[in-house]
Amino acid sequence: MTEIGKIITGVAQGEARAIGRAISMVENHAASAPALVEALDGQRIAACLVLGITGPPGAGKSTLTARLIQEYRRRGRRIGIVAVDPSSPLSGGALLGDRVRMMTHTLDPDVVIRSMASRGRLGGVCGAAGAAVRIMAHSGCTVVLIETVGVGQSEMDVVGIADLTAMVLAPGLGDDIQAMKAGLLEVADLLVVNKADLRGADRLILDMESVALQRQDKQGRAVPVCATVADQGQGVAALVDHFHRLHREIEASGAKERHRRRARRAEVADWAMELLRPRIIEAVAARSTLDGDALVLARQILTEMGLAPRK
Amino acid sequence: MRKMYRVLIGKPGLDGHDRGAKVIARALRDHGFEVIYTGIRRLPAEIAAAAVQEDVDVVGLSSLSGAHLRLFPAVVEELARLGAEDIAVIGGGVVPAEDIAALQEAGISRILTPGASLQEVIHAFETACEEREG
Ligand SMILES: Nc1nc2c(ncn2[C@@H]2O[C@H](COP(=O)(O)OP(=O)(O)OP(=O)(O)O)[C@@H](O)[C@H]2O)c(=O)[nH]1
Repeated sequence: MTEIGKIITGVAQGEARAIGRAISMVENHAASAPALVEALDGQRIAACLVLGITGPPGAGKSTLTARLIQEYRRRGRRIGIVAVDPSSPLSGGALLGDRVRMMTHTLDPDVVIRSMASRGRLGGVCGAAGAAVRIMAHSGCTVVLIETVGVGQSEMDVVGIADLTAMVLAPGLGDDIQAMKAGLLEVADLLVVNKADLRGADRLILDMESVALQRQDKQGRAVPVCATVADQGQGVAALVDHFHRLHREIEASGAKERHRRRARRAEVADWAMELLRPRIIEAVAARSTLDGDALVLARQILTEMGLAPRK
Repeated sequence: MRKMYRVLIGKPGLDGHDRGAKVIARALRDHGFEVIYTGIRRLPAEIAAAAVQEDVDVVGLSSLSGAHLRLFPAVVEELARLGAEDIAVIGGGVVPAEDIAALQEAGISRILTPGASLQEVIHAFETACEEREG
């Protein structure tokens, strides 16, 4: 069997080594990556539920994710997690620590966890994260969580890949929440008020319920607001019930498929930009002189590459 | 495009001090590595399984409890069991000079002694990653 064939078979059989390698191949733009992703099982991918877990730093996303893993495992599901964190803009490196709270699940062969740095990609992290999700689905995961800090645009773009997105908030995080309210309305299918054991939680729940009322679905229902105490596991089973119900609804209405088609378009654009980036950098480096204005030069270079920008 | 180096920093065993491990993790990040940090008191099998899922190039182990002669080789064995003998293992913490030969024998590719500077640490990870890339 070819090297790539072995990896695909390994992924389908749920082998951790093969899954890990496959994700790296896509992340690193390996020459064999297209052949790999082409061989992934479309049916498994279509059936899988992709959940976005986002929110401000410290809201308890990792703690909640660990509890969601526990709850889904209790229900017999094989689950994948893609934990995305920003890369340092200065060094290009990243410190990926989300796993710490999930380590108790490391020896469970039906829990697949991958940490991913945003790597300052031109098109955001969507391309690589999307491929990781599909590789996990191919390996038999019927639920995949994407955990990301809801701060920058590229992090928010990641949630575009998710079929359903939960915004996790907590009392005591200050003005961030006010600032996020507008964005909240657009992306969240579900609002989670975590740290419901802390002072100020009741107030935040009321606030969120009024936010939720402003965004009703077609049946006139408000976006659900769930209260959780993630470090104790409270409210987590109810949250999973909500995910389950919403998933059934978006599958039945066709909204899941429509959303996936839209996300796909965005992802293709991301990949195209990502793949073009090294060629542009090369073309700029190949210029012996760079006289004149940067904008003019950039247009010239693109035109020479056959990519003339619009007038 | 140069491949991004990914490393995992783990603390096997019972000692609960991870200040040193965190300093190293941050230094590696500031040097352009992607660093997966797994926290304290991990089983060798947990560290190896995480390293395989994250597909890292190198695992860095830190032990202050004196159990390194048992714990470091156990991580190497677990990696091999998972078909990942190509992931290099670097050991550090409080390893006395007389244990170095035994650890190298057991497949630990580099040992960092307590006197090692951050530069030396980064260099060790860098060369281990480069060697793996071939
Ligand atoms: N009181 C209380 N504390 C919680 C709860 N859930 C999480 N925490 C604590 O909140 C802190 C932050 O939790 P994390 O899970 O790391 O939060 P996060 O949103 O992933 O944070 P970042 O990784 O920084 O984005 C930790 O100290 C948790 O123990 C909760 O329900 N109640």
